[in-house]
Amino acid sequence: MLLEVHNLNVYYGAIHALQGISFHVEEGEIVTLIGANGAGKSTTLRTISGLLRTRTGYIRYKGRDITNTPAQEIVKMGISHVPEGRKIFAPLTVRENLLMGAYTRNDPNEIQRTMERVFASFPRLKERINQLGGTLSGGEQQMLAMGRGLMSRPTLLLLDEPSMGLSPILVEEIFRIIQEINQQGTSILLVEQNAHMALSIAHRAYVLETGRIVLSGTAKEVAENPMVKAAYLGV
Amino acid sequence: MQTAQAPSTPVIYQQRQPLIWVGRGFFILLGLVVAYILGTNLIKNPTLFAQIFISGLQLGFVYAMIALGYTMVYGIVKLINFAHGDVFMVGAFASYYAVAKYRLHQWPASAFPGINPTLSVLIGSITVILLSMLVCVILAITIERVAYKPLRDAPRISALITAIGVSFFLEFYGALNFVFSPRFIPYERPFEVVAWYIKNGIHLVMPGQQAPENSVTFSNIFLIIIGVSVLIQLFLQYLVRRTKIGIAMRACSYDRQAARLMGIDVDRVISFTFAVGAAFAGAGGVLYAIAYSLIWTQLGILPGLKAFVAAVLGGIGSIPGALVGALIMGQAEAMTMGYISTPMRDAVAFTILIIVLLLRPTGIFGEPEKEKA
Ligand SMILES: Nc1ncnc2c1ncn2[C@@H]1O[C@H](COP(=O)(O)OP(=O)(O)O)[C@@H](O)[C@H]1O
Ligand SMILES: [Mg+2]
Repeated sequence: MLLEVHNLNVYYGAIHALQGISFHVEEGEIVTLIGANGAGKSTTLRTISGLLRTRTGYIRYKGRDITNTPAQEIVKMGISHVPEGRKIFAPLTVRENLLMGAYTRNDPNEIQRTMERVFASFPRLKERINQLGGTLSGGEQQMLAMGRGLMSRPTLLLLDEPSMGLSPILVEEIFRIIQEINQQGTSILLVEQNAHMALSIAHRAYVLETGRIVLSGTAKEVAENPMVKAAYLGV
Repeated sequence: MQTAQAPSTPVIYQQRQPLIWVGRGFFILLGLVVAYILGTNLIKNPTLFAQIFISGLQLGFVYAMIALGYTMVYGIVKLINFAHGDVFMVGAFASYYAVAKYRLHQWPASAFPGINPTLSVLIGSITVILLSMLVCVILAITIERVAYKPLRDAPRISALITAIGVSFFLEFYGALNFVFSPRFIPYERPFEVVAWYIKNGIHLVMPGQQAPENSVTFSNIFLIIIGVSVLIQLFLQYLVRRTKIGIAMRACSYDRQAARLMGIDVDRVISFTFAVGAAFAGAGGVLYAIAYSLIWTQLGILPGLKAFVAAVLGGIGSIPGALVGALIMGQAEAMTMGYISTPMRDAVAFTILIIVLLLRPTGIFGEPEKEKA
């Protein structure tokens, strides 16, 4: 098991956002967490990446306990979190944004090589290399956010709503690239409100409702579940 | 801060319109008066004007060294670090002890007898400045760790009040007899002051003599202050544009959470920012003490506040803004002393603050504060 999450309980002050969440990601998988707005998807990712602390349970990565480890350590271990809303550094250039993604790495030649690989996946970033992050379009910002996330050469990529606010054509493109990244050997934990797209590329899926996992299975099983069809796929 | 006009109160909004114009008219008039005073004096006595300009430059470049620290720290933790002026004071005192008590400026001469005296003074003085910068760095990192870091997630006003507390702490503990003492202390310079005058060319002012009437004089201290201040600016530009830690500083200023997701140790970047600002203030403190040759524990207050005004004037958070704001503040002060009256200088500095806050709260280079979710 690459990532094992067991019985997380996370609070924002008095708000009990995660109420005993458990799931896992195998090496090479795309796993998706789907659920409505406010279900706790982002909170789950933030807890894994060390921005939030859990009161109970544990998170194991490659068999190692990483519960409540500081964010910078998590990145060094090979988990990269592309946050909801992209969170591009607007006053930094595309290049500088990518360099920040490689902050935990030191060899400039290796970093340069990774950057070339990111440009191979996102050729548009290369065209805009000296442009400020804040001047990019929404789709380009999503590409930059993902490219930046890849700069640390993660084993596990956490993607939070990569399709948010994008046109259907761009969504298609982003999801194609997610699959490509996965085929090149990166495992992916994908959080989406766009359940239809997420289920179409994922291997397995979990459904989150108000801080609890209410359903899990292969993407196909979940997509065919009548409740999911009614609530998330609009069928 | 800009106050948003609620759309539901158009009446108030309309009532304020004419007032704004009265205000604008007043400021335009004020600007014209200032321009008139300066213009006529420039024509009447260009030499005097040049002399005043030079002292304004000297002040301005000292303020720039302090203002950078205000603006960098504000940029990253949104804290106006009111203790910064007192770090500047500690820099001056550190160099005082190094020179007057420990003769640190003479170490090259005692370590290598027969060394070229100019070289010895140069190396000795640089050592003194570097040591004082180091003292300020350690002090600032300690202050940050002890007083500000625990309040990182508290409301901003808490940290601001703490900063004022730290400022008083340094001033009043410094004034104890067994610390720096409350007295004015004559400052022994690590090197001699040399002055030149400009009158049909540049001539040395002979020791013990006055520069002739109607000439413009400047000193080696003036040149050193400008040199060091410009060097600091260039270094800082290089730091924030070209180095990893510098880019990380900008990333943290913009979005701390996102920076953490990059694996950036935000606490370390913040400490580093405090350290860099303190190092600059320390260098400024030494040069200020050398220039004015009298020190006491409250010498950081006014330069600190004026550098703060400079940072606001330039646009707090903006590095070029700090320099431009500081140069304007230096000139405003020198011109006030030269053409109005010496005691007016401080009043004018804070008048500028009020005018900036009224007319353009974001300063010259500042952008309206972005609201982040
Ligand atoms: N910073 C926060 N402070 C307080 N409550 C929060 C915060 N962020 C999220 N929440 C609450 O936690 C719950 C889960 O939110 P979130 O993880 O963002 O959901 P999702 O990503 O699935 O939309 C929601 O009830 C939300 O209101
Ligand atoms: Mg979310």
